[in-house]
Amino acid sequence: MHNQSNSPVAPTAAAGGLLTTVARRSFLRYTGASLAVGGLLLTGCSDDDDDIVDPTANFTDVGSDDFGILNYAYALEQLEAAFYAQVVAGGAGTFFAGATAAEKAILTDIRDHEAIHAAFFKAALGAKALPARVPDFSSIDFNVRTAPNAAKIGVLDAAKAFEDLGVAAYNGAGRFVQDANNLALAGKIVSVEARHAAAIRELLSPNTFVFSDVVDIDPNSGTGMERSKRPPQVLEIANKYLAEGSKLRAPSFA
Amino acid sequence: MDFFQIISDIAKVDPEVYDRLDPRRQVFRNFMSYGKKVTATALPLALGSIFNKAYGQSAGSLPDPVKAVLRLALQLEYLEFFFYDTALNSGNLLAGEPRAAIQIILNDEKLHIKSLRGLLGETDAGPALTRNDFDYTGAQSGSPTPRPALFPALGATFTDLGQFYTASQGFVDTGVRAYKGGAPILMTASNKDVLEAGLNIHSVEARHSSRIRSLRRGGIQSTTAPKSWITPDEVGTPVPLPNNGVPNSPSVVGPYNAGNPPAITTPAASYPAEDNVIQGAAPGVNVQTVAPGVSATAGAEAFDEPLDAQTVKAIAKNFARVPSALFN
Repeated sequence: MHNQSNSPVAPTAAAGGLLTTVARRSFLRYTGASLAVGGLLLTGCSDDDDDIVDPTANFTDVGSDDFGILNYAYALEQLEAAFYAQVVAGGAGTFFAGATAAEKAILTDIRDHEAIHAAFFKAALGAKALPARVPDFSSIDFNVRTAPNAAKIGVLDAAKAFEDLGVAAYNGAGRFVQDANNLALAGKIVSVEARHAAAIRELLSPNTFVFSDVVDIDPNSGTGMERSKRPPQVLEIANKYLAEGSKLRAPSFA
Repeated sequence: MDFFQIISDIAKVDPEVYDRLDPRRQVFRNFMSYGKKVTATALPLALGSIFNKAYGQSAGSLPDPVKAVLRLALQLEYLEFFFYDTALNSGNLLAGEPRAAIQIILNDEKLHIKSLRGLLGETDAGPALTRNDFDYTGAQSGSPTPRPALFPALGATFTDLGQFYTASQGFVDTGVRAYKGGAPILMTASNKDVLEAGLNIHSVEARHSSRIRSLRRGGIQSTTAPKSWITPDEVGTPVPLPNNGVPNSPSVVGPYNAGNPPAITTPAASYPAEDNVIQGAAPGVNVQTVAPGVSATAGAEAFDEPLDAQTVKAIAKNFARVPSALFN
C-alpha cells in the first residue's frame, strides 16, 4: 500500500487532484492531460509552478461529444492508413520489397482495411470532420523489418505499436460514447484492429498474440482483459507520429 | 476514520480482503470515479460503495439486461474453456507452438470466467458449468432426441486437429460477435467499468481468433486460407446449424451468418452476415467503395459484425449436451 495512505484519509476540496496520486495507472492516464492536474500533483515538488506551460495547449481539442470520439477515431485511423500506405508503396531497399509473401499479403490487407476505416469516418462525420491530419513518420525506418530499440523503429515494430494502440484506444473510449450506434460501430472496427495486432505480433514473435504488455494475463491475479487506454493517454503516444499543427488533445475524455 | 485500519480489521475475518481490494486496480480505480466529487463528509459513503464493489455486490444494481449479457458471455466462456482444456488433455493432439498457443488461450478463458463471475457476483453468476455440460461433437448426446455428430472427432477426447481448429474458429468468432452485440446493452449500466470490461474481453477474443486462424492455415507465414480476419466467403461455414427452436433466431444459424434482424437499420440493433459492406446510420456508407484501390473483399473484412443474443444461443445450443439446459 506504500505511499497511498494519506490520500483517502485527508480529502480536501481538491480531492480530485490529490486522489489522482492514488492509482499508478490512473496517474499515467493523466500524464497526457492538462497540467491543471499536473500542477496540483507537483505542488510541493517545485517552487515555480507558475512557469509550467501546458505543452498540449496549442493542440486541437477533438471535442466533448460523440463527434469528438469519432474525430479521435478518425485521426487514429488516418495515422494507420498513412503508415501502411507508405509501407506498401515499397520501393528499392524497403522492408516491404523484400518481405515474405505472407507479410506482403497481411500488410496489404491491413493497408486496405485502414484506408477504409479512415474513409468511412470521414464520410460518416461529414461537415463535422476535423481537417485531415498530417503524419510524421520520421521515427520509423521503412527499410527495416524490426529494430525495436533503435533510434528509428522498424516497420513491424511501428505496426505493432499502432495496432495495439488502436485496440486500447477504442476500448478506453467506449465509456465516453453516448449513442449506442456509435459504440456499435467502434465495436465492429476494434475487433478487426485486434486481429491485425495479433497477426503483426505473430510475425514478430511466436505466441505473443496476447502478452502481458497489452493484456492482463497473470494466471493468478489477472483479469484476462485488454489494457485499455483513455484518450489523453493514447494521444500522448499518437501525437509522436503527428506533425506540428496536427497534434490532438482530448481533455473531455480523461 | 483510518482507511487502512478498516482493511486491517476486515482482514481478521476475511484473509482474502487484500486480494479483493487489489490496491493498484480495483479499489483505487473505483476511488477515481469518485475522486472529483468526494469530500470529507462524503468519504464514508464512497468507501462503502467501494467495499460493495470489492465484494462483488454491485451486481445487485446492474440492470437485468446487463446481467443477461454477462451471463450469456459467462456460459460461452465455459464452453470455450472446457473445449481447450479437453484438447490439451487429448494425448498428442497438440504439441509445440500450437500447444503453447492453446495454453495461452485457455488461461485467458479461465481469467474471463473469473472476471465475469466477479462482475455478476456469485448469486447471479450461478453454479459453475462442467465438462459434462457440453458435447463438442454437436450430437447433443443428453437430449431426448440425439442426432448425428457434426464433429465426430471431438468426443470425450479429441482425435482430429483439423476438426478441432475448425470448431475453435467457430466458437471464438461466435464469442467475438456475442460480446460485440452485447456492448450497446452493457453501456446502459451506470457503472461504465462494466462496459469497459466487456470491451476489454471482446478484443482479447478477437486476438484469439486471429491466432486460431493462423494456426489453422499452418502458421503465420502461410498464405493459404483462412485469413486472420473474416472474409465474406466464410458466410455459411463451417456447417449449417439448426436454431434448436430458439425464438426470434433465424432457422439456420452459424458463426458468420446473419442474426435477427439482418437488415441494416441502426448499427446498434442490426445483425447482418459477415459479408456486409454497408456501415453507419441509414442509409449508410458502402465501405467497399468508400476508399479507392482496395481488394474486392476488404470492405467486408474491415468490419466485424455483431450478433444478437437469441442467435448466439441458437448457435451455442448445438454444443450443449442437453440443449434445453444451457444458453437459455
